[in-house]
Amino acid sequence: MTSPPWHNPDPRGRYHLLIIGAGPAGLIAAQTASRWGAKVALIERNLLGGTCLNDGCIPSKAIIRTSRLYREMRDAEHFGGRVPAGIAVDFPAVMERVRRIRARLSARDSAERLTAMGVDVYFGEARFAGPDSVTVGGLVLRFKKALVATGARAVRPPIAGLEEAGYLTYENVFDLTECPKRLLVIGGGPVGCELAQAFSRLGSRVILVQDEPMFLGDEERDAAQLLSDALARDGIDIHLNTQTLRVRVEGDDKVADLVCDDTKSRVTVDQILVGVGTVPNVQGLNLEAAGVSHDDARGIRVDDFLRTTNPRVFAAGDVCAEGKFPHIESAAGRIVVANALFLGRQRLSAEVVPWCTFTDPEIAHVGLYVTEARRRKIPVKTFTIMMHEIDRAITDGEEEGFVKLHVREGTGKILGATVVASHAGDLINEISLAMSTGLDLDALARVNRPYPTQSQAIRMAASAYVRSRPQKIRTWLKRQFLACDRR
Amino acid sequence: MVSLFARVTPRKGSDEDPMLDEELLDRLQGGAFGYFADAINPTNGLVADTSRRGSPASIAVVGLALSAYTVAVERGWLAREDAARRTLLTLRFFETSAQGSAADATGYNGFYYHFLNLESGKRAWQCELSPIDTALLFAGVLTAGAYFTDATSTEVEIRALSRGLYGRVDWNWARNGKATVAQGWKPESGFLHYDWEGYNEAALLYVLGLASPTHPLPPTSYAAWTATYQWERIYDQDLLYAGPLFIHQLSHAWIDFRKIQDLFMREKGSDYFENSRRAVDVQREYARRDPNEYGTYGPDCWGLSAGDGPGKRMMRVRGRDRRFFEYTARGVPYGPDDGTIAPMAALASLPFSPALALSAVRHFFELYPEWTETWRLPSGFNRTASGPDPRGWISEGFFGLDQGVAVLMIENHRTGLIWKLMRASAPIRNGLKRAGFEGGWLR
Repeated sequence: MTSPPWHNPDPRGRYHLLIIGAGPAGLIAAQTASRWGAKVALIERNLLGGTCLNDGCIPSKAIIRTSRLYREMRDAEHFGGRVPAGIAVDFPAVMERVRRIRARLSARDSAERLTAMGVDVYFGEARFAGPDSVTVGGLVLRFKKALVATGARAVRPPIAGLEEAGYLTYENVFDLTECPKRLLVIGGGPVGCELAQAFSRLGSRVILVQDEPMFLGDEERDAAQLLSDALARDGIDIHLNTQTLRVRVEGDDKVADLVCDDTKSRVTVDQILVGVGTVPNVQGLNLEAAGVSHDDARGIRVDDFLRTTNPRVFAAGDVCAEGKFPHIESAAGRIVVANALFLGRQRLSAEVVPWCTFTDPEIAHVGLYVTEARRRKIPVKTFTIMMHEIDRAITDGEEEGFVKLHVREGTGKILGATVVASHAGDLINEISLAMSTGLDLDALARVNRPYPTQSQAIRMAASAYVRSRPQKIRTWLKRQFLACDRR
Repeated sequence: MVSLFARVTPRKGSDEDPMLDEELLDRLQGGAFGYFADAINPTNGLVADTSRRGSPASIAVVGLALSAYTVAVERGWLAREDAARRTLLTLRFFETSAQGSAADATGYNGFYYHFLNLESGKRAWQCELSPIDTALLFAGVLTAGAYFTDATSTEVEIRALSRGLYGRVDWNWARNGKATVAQGWKPESGFLHYDWEGYNEAALLYVLGLASPTHPLPPTSYAAWTATYQWERIYDQDLLYAGPLFIHQLSHAWIDFRKIQDLFMREKGSDYFENSRRAVDVQREYARRDPNEYGTYGPDCWGLSAGDGPGKRMMRVRGRDRRFFEYTARGVPYGPDDGTIAPMAALASLPFSPALALSAVRHFFELYPEWTETWRLPSGFNRTASGPDPRGWISEGFFGLDQGVAVLMIENHRTGLIWKLMRASAPIRNGLKRAGFEGGWLR
């Protein structure tokens, strides 16, 4: 059954809030503002849900889950099970599941549902006509406040021959109908690492090329080291400090020339996946007409309140030059509603922003890194608990990784944390909550948890802090108390 | 009197006396020094990187050899004249060998290539011009300059060459305009991608670079290097973290870090010597826990460090893929850990934790009694990875770096000879002071 064609509504006068881009930030802003009784217009040129739902987080997480299942099947013996005979990956079934999940989740934010909430949904290319108006599909929409949340798209790296040879990005990799036998992944950021591992586990022979000395850019060295080991264990052929010089087609093959310092090598593959970052979607918006300062490469300039150089226009998410926090696009949407419609003074910098790379193990972080803290002259100490110290991690066969809590030295104040664990994305939330609410390590150490759970690692790190404090007076008092009790 | 044939450890249930510590150390130190007698090219003083056939020379191993000669003189293994002659031969080679940007030169800007052809002294393979290995070489050069203080023409020339060679190193060039020193340079592609960041073995490099009378590193470079340190509590030990054990040892082979502190250590109330002691405890605790269930680690079987390995291969072990490495830097607790122990790393921990180090070494001899034939420990063993030996993989031959560090660390533990020499060496003193070290013997 196909959906009936969409007809854009007639504009309802001046909108309190006009939103361009129906990704996480745009959708939350639309729903929040509408719930408060604002007159809201939402413009999307493609699919509701944005990159996250359609090309990014959701499809990749779905495929990662299936790939993890195959890994677990192969490792069954380690868990006291039997390795199933003849494990064969049914790639069409994997992709069918991806589409099914995408369809299920997209129903939550359908145009009909948004319309029922009172949001005017427009499909088409939005273009500013002036400081307070936008055109879409031949209509002129006027606004009091606007939010640009058009996101970003995959970078097309200037590698000779790449365009001619053809390549995949996160935008089209989920359209594959068969698993590439040999896959070259260019880029060792979150997208490259997640998909390299997933495709390797689904049976591709993966070569991962990263032009930096470690994966995940500025992530903690120890986390990147563990990830590197995990990827190699999955059979991925890792090339760090390596650049892809050129690509060419030879018959059915794609041949890439690589160079690491002065060492040259050549790889032959069936597909190339590029994950080297994104560029903001600012083209075609005619931002000049609205007086919105921007840069084609970096994006729209915003202040800490997410306001652009036009005080009526706000921006959030990957389209911004500053504060690109894709993991809190929803929060950014709420900040914009508060600041744009209700004279709010909410700052993006006040947000505690956790993020996670969904490899196996996952790598999650919140707050400051040690190097960042030291750059700011903040004395910092790290309390580390290895996952192999955690009973539940051992029973689950998930001992790889650690919890690191970075605190201001001499205090229990949490500056940041890095978690590498099978479920790091979940574990980090407890630390984010503590940071958001000002809880220190003393408080975290006192939190009771069901035993055995992997979050014991957080309690143990907090307890390590408590034990590390000078205990002389406390110990003396306890001894005196017991001595009195014996008398 | 201890029998000449006393066992390193007594047989279970026997009343044999174990070999006394001093005798054991004598044999281990002598065995390690024997490497340099075997591996030297007597025509140019270069020393092979490993005892394997066709091995090139390593400039770091030459630096260790130059230092080890002084130990050998004090121990009576080498006549002073003989040691001085070998030293002069070596220094003359470095003085006269080709410096320049040609791909087959011996060095450039006063630095030297990591590996040199043992015979010709020219750059081996397409290896990098190496600041850290040059620093290790110059630690040896300066040790020789500090030790050979007699008025003989040989020793006068040694001192002059020591000063001259050190003075011509353009340490500042090695920053490539950045805050910290680059890991290397190649004539084919320029500076290597990344710099010396995080706590690593580069302390010696910075100290020598800062003290240069001609092309010094700026003090800001040391601050930039230490800015990437992490002070961490692991297994209830507070320490400046570095995974592989050799990082906690290499600079200590020459520099006596006891009770002297830079800004970072002053803030933490510790020093680098104490830090290395704690690193030993962390290594031992990791081995006790044996998180990867190799079953071969234990309180006396520890030592994850840079060293030889079973080779690049995968094996299924208890239903999981285990990946093995060739020569690499293994570390705890974050890995990589393929089950390979570097016995020399445990031995080189002697100055920091003598009892633990000796207990581990005795255990190694229990596992491999045949090692008493040479009293020389191999670079690594791995009882999980298969090899020609039914007890698993054992590294073939010997690595000069391991043997040299063992000679120096045993001597530092026994008499502090190298530390004393270097404490009197102006480049070491000045470099430490410029790095902000205070206290202890620097007062």
